[in-house]
Amino acid sequence: MKLSYTIFNLGDSALTIDFGNRICEEFNDKVIAIERWLAQHPFEGLKERVVSYSSLTIYYDPFVVKKHYHIEGPVYRWVEEKIRQAAELSSYGDTSNAVLHKIPVCYDSEYGFDLDRVSALCKLSKEEIVNLHSSVVYRVYMIGFLPGFPYLGKIDSRLSIARKESPSLVAAGSVGVAGEQTGIYPFESPGGWNIIGKTPLSLFDANADKPVWLAPGDKVQFYAISGEQLANWPIGELTN
Amino acid sequence: MSILVLKPGLLDSVQDTGRFGYSNWGVNPGGAMDTYAARVANMLVGNCENEALIEIHFPGPQLLFEQSALITICGADFSPMLDQQAVPLWQPIVVRRNTALHFDNLNWGGRCYLAVHGGIDVEPWLGSAATNLRASAGGFRGRKLEKLDRLFLGESRFYYPAWLPDEREKHLLHWRADIKNVYEHPHEIFITEGREWEHLKEAAREDFFNSSFIIHPSSDRMGYQLKGESMQLMEKMELTSSGVSFGTIQLLPNGQLVVLMADHQTTGGYPRIGHVISAHLPKLAQLRPSDSIQFVRTSVANAEEMLFRQKKEMQILQRACLDHLKDLVC
Repeated sequence: MKLSYTIFNLGDSALTIDFGNRICEEFNDKVIAIERWLAQHPFEGLKERVVSYSSLTIYYDPFVVKKHYHIEGPVYRWVEEKIRQAAELSSYGDTSNAVLHKIPVCYDSEYGFDLDRVSALCKLSKEEIVNLHSSVVYRVYMIGFLPGFPYLGKIDSRLSIARKESPSLVAAGSVGVAGEQTGIYPFESPGGWNIIGKTPLSLFDANADKPVWLAPGDKVQFYAISGEQLANWPIGELTN
Repeated sequence: MSILVLKPGLLDSVQDTGRFGYSNWGVNPGGAMDTYAARVANMLVGNCENEALIEIHFPGPQLLFEQSALITICGADFSPMLDQQAVPLWQPIVVRRNTALHFDNLNWGGRCYLAVHGGIDVEPWLGSAATNLRASAGGFRGRKLEKLDRLFLGESRFYYPAWLPDEREKHLLHWRADIKNVYEHPHEIFITEGREWEHLKEAAREDFFNSSFIIHPSSDRMGYQLKGESMQLMEKMELTSSGVSFGTIQLLPNGQLVVLMADHQTTGGYPRIGHVISAHLPKLAQLRPSDSIQFVRTSVANAEEMLFRQKKEMQILQRACLDHLKDLVC
């Protein structure tokens, strides 16, 4: 099936192609497919591509594009055509054989300091929260907000809860839920998501060849570990 | 040889024109807030335009040149002083070894750029010298400059003693950049409409262009918080996160606006009211807390034209700088 989309300007040096304001695998698959197509067929002046839930934003240098392709008239029209072309020529995306990462989480209240709040608002016991959160295989829809912050979805609707009204300081490795999403804070940061646990894994390592090991389209499943396991987790030990 | 930080300023960091290609890891481009001033600074001293330089906020640092160097200071006017003598902005200067630089007064602007011929020699991170404070990476050790930091300089093509024949600690070269077009009408900021513009209530759309906004003290390299008329959408919107840009104007849940600046997050979920045009980002980067902003609407096509004019002037400047410097290479 062909997906409908809109393309709009994000200022004078970026354009977004948007498939609809929704968290759904089909849209995200197509966004990733266009991103990959543009990576393989870049044009001069293309600077950056940002994958999000249901849209791809591309950033370009209009002056470079104009000079290189001898464009008369507005450059963004030409770039818009390029994106249309990418949307038509790219496949519909297939992430069914994506990598599955297993991520340990300690769900003790000491680290999951919003567990009581989630428990009260969702009318679930802590055990139910842990089971619901760790039984689903999530998709990495996008990395954003902070370096290495993965936006994962969708969570079980019984666990769906709004962001907190006012953000509080969140420790590195904290696992949170908000709306249909769950995510992991790579750094200590102010955050508005409801924190239900903590992973010992490092989501971002500036010194590594590849500082971020999750990518849009990957799969993630959490598993529960004890406070003792969390404290003694070997540094640098990754999943699986 | 090197530059020694005798006393750090409020926020001095090594920057270039940004780190592109890593947003899908959540790593934003960052880089200089005023890329025009940064590029011109590099051109004036014969560097390529995205060479590593130092971005300085007020109060500025005290720096010691431990070697003779060809330098320039562009952007904000913080009354730069070499030893006890005032020096002009936007003009190349040869400084003698063991001369100190400090900044006396805040006269105008938000940040200035110290470029040195050869550049600041730092290990690039993900292809760029820009300091990413959030990731503690890039620039000088991933952080702002501190006391007794020693910044090494790239290789020089010039023999400085030829320009400093007597005991003078500095020698002004005789050309300077003409920048008046870029920073004129400093409070008038052109914008193009954002995706959610039409969703603003009519009164808010009128207020947006008819009233002015004040930059809040909490503004920083990530974003400028604006204080002004409270804006409302016609109806509440829930947006999934998507790409945002340097210059994107978002509407916060409290009805106030924020303009995303160089260190903005890669993605955001607040309604996008407008986008500051690229040609006016340098002006915006030189505004300070409590300064006012008046938004003016323009089209994307016109925004492109304004950017092209700026880029063409920069190309002319670059050629002129290279011509001047060519005669001086030993």
